[in-house]
Amino acid sequence: MRTTRLVATGAAAMLLVAACGSGDEKSGGDDNGVTLTIESWRSDDKQVWDDTIIPAFEEGHPDIHLKYQPTAPTEYNAALENKLDGGEAGDIIACRPFDISLELYDAGHLAAVDDLEGMDAFGDIARSGWITDDGSTTYCVPIASVIHGFYYNKEAFDALNLQVPETMADFHTVLDAIAQDGTYTPIAQGTGDQWDIAEVDYTGIGPNYWKGEQGRQAIIDGQAKFTDTAYVAPLEEMATWGRYMPNGFEALTNDDSKVFFANGDGAIYPGGSWDITGFERDADFDIGVFKPPVPNGGDPCYISDHVDIGMGMNADGDHQDEARTFLEWVASKEFAELYTNALPGFFSLRDDPISVDDELANEFVAWRDDCESTIRLPSQKLNRGEPALWDELYEVSSDVVNGTLTPADGAQRLQEGLDAWYTPGE
Amino acid sequence: MRALVFCAPALILYTTFMVWPLLQSLRFALLDRTGEWVGLDNFRTLFGDPLWSHRFWRALRQNMVFFLFHCLVQNPVGLGLAALLTVQRLRGANIYRTLIFVPTALSVVIVGFAWRLILSPLWGIVETPLLGRTSTALPTLSLISVWQWVGIPMIFFYATLISIPHELIDASRVDGASAWRTFWRVSFPLVLPMLGVITVVTYIANMNAFDLVFTVQGVQAGPSSSTDLLGTLFYRTAYGSVQGGGDRAMGATVASATFGVILVGLLVFFLGWRRRVRTYQL
Repeated sequence: MRTTRLVATGAAAMLLVAACGSGDEKSGGDDNGVTLTIESWRSDDKQVWDDTIIPAFEEGHPDIHLKYQPTAPTEYNAALENKLDGGEAGDIIACRPFDISLELYDAGHLAAVDDLEGMDAFGDIARSGWITDDGSTTYCVPIASVIHGFYYNKEAFDALNLQVPETMADFHTVLDAIAQDGTYTPIAQGTGDQWDIAEVDYTGIGPNYWKGEQGRQAIIDGQAKFTDTAYVAPLEEMATWGRYMPNGFEALTNDDSKVFFANGDGAIYPGGSWDITGFERDADFDIGVFKPPVPNGGDPCYISDHVDIGMGMNADGDHQDEARTFLEWVASKEFAELYTNALPGFFSLRDDPISVDDELANEFVAWRDDCESTIRLPSQKLNRGEPALWDELYEVSSDVVNGTLTPADGAQRLQEGLDAWYTPGE
Repeated sequence: MRALVFCAPALILYTTFMVWPLLQSLRFALLDRTGEWVGLDNFRTLFGDPLWSHRFWRALRQNMVFFLFHCLVQNPVGLGLAALLTVQRLRGANIYRTLIFVPTALSVVIVGFAWRLILSPLWGIVETPLLGRTSTALPTLSLISVWQWVGIPMIFFYATLISIPHELIDASRVDGASAWRTFWRVSFPLVLPMLGVITVVTYIANMNAFDLVFTVQGVQAGPSSSTDLLGTLFYRTAYGSVQGGGDRAMGATVASATFGVILVGLLVFFLGWRRRVRTYQL
């Protein structure tokens, strides 16, 4: 018995050593070319990278191999920073938008990418997530954005003979009709997670009130305050939503809301284009989407078209030339089409239109033709002090929907939190 | 010399993985984000800045409530269960003991997930959003934690109770005391020192609590930060919340302050309680 165990342990140890050995061989530059490791938080996309994107790249670049190495989203920022500090990070870095990547660039971990071929295909909004404050240097190739909107149950709308709402007044007519009928819960959402209330609801409908980029810049420049009507009005609108949500919505998480909607219990789900794949898989009824309703008929529309993911290169990486080749491919139209279609709901940030096969994704992306794009208001410059604007907005918007905070007091708190550390123009 | 050799493995491991990181963490609290020496500035911010001190005292206050729930519910229930298990003619005592103890062996992630479903207004057993209201979220979380950990005091009390010599119990009964009176006058005083030990262990565990809140309410410790404990405050400060990056210096400062809170608590216990409780040689 004892001998068997000893032999087994020995064998296992030898296997382990062998495994380490072969691992080492792969990572360096062997005779078959160079292997670039990609650091990312999108573990959900590993299969798409391994099966679709990487083979497509390697076909055209036989000398360069890619290894997609994701970390869990909640651990990515801290893990990546530690790896970069310790000189162990991969050559290619998936970039979070705004300050998290800016800090990495400032610390010298990310290289500038302005001179890469294909970068002229990206406009100001596309670059906004990965550009220095003075606008001089871009340090990641923009890959994709996500768009906010409202999913709706087409069967519910047909049964009640409802039209897709254009204005907030229409929206309330629809909500009241659904509530009165009683078969469906009007809004399938809860405030338990907070983030969806702030990101999807407030910065989803808000741009229609504060006129997109104009209102976002006004807060950054200090010309507008959260206590102004344009920023309080979306909170006032959201304050009415609690009564349309499921019973006990205060304790429901985003996952709960998605299951509730996909089960066919809710009529409308405020969400983002990233939910497309899940709903197409889980719901057995027809789903449509509509863009955030405008306050008054005839108002111009604005959509939250938020830059979400980019890719940059490790400034200390061993294979700079190969990394540049790969990033130039990432900036190309070929990659954009591949990525957008493999991951419906993540839209290429290139200026030229990209065709998408997915029907819902097409509806989302079509809004770009009619409406102005903007990004989530707190993300750029406004989230880097204490209290961070996002943290404040999470609490304020869910408290407002819960009815435990008035919109006016909530707006006051947002502005005071910002005033505590932020000086416009610095 | 031989003693040193035998101690060495534990000593080396404990120093490397406990003492050294603890000292490092205390040192980080005296540096700023870039690693420059700033002395006690971080502590001045934590206790002097209205924003930070509000967060810290709120987390400490809520943590105390969390601890009080454990004291007032977990200890009596644990003792009660232990007393019931020692009843002579109880059938299936081993089964009960095992069942009550099982949750302590479960992962907090599983416990948190299960209770989220049980308490979900949509598919759970109560329609009230217990975890979604500021008034009920913290008590609910505390009771979930009590449910999970009650097996520990139970097993400690049980071990103490069965170690009480039968002669004492018998003598008490022969003298005409009821079972109730016997318990309070004979067994309970003998269990009291164990109550102190359990309370201290619970205090340390509660002041370091993080995982249950993180699993059930997320990094935001909502609603409206009403379930924020020292552990979750530390995590948010050091590693950042959903959207922002963390600040290791302030994180280390919160951790050091938490260490201080635990230290003060232990001093109070050793000076205040330990000296007053009589122990009996059985």
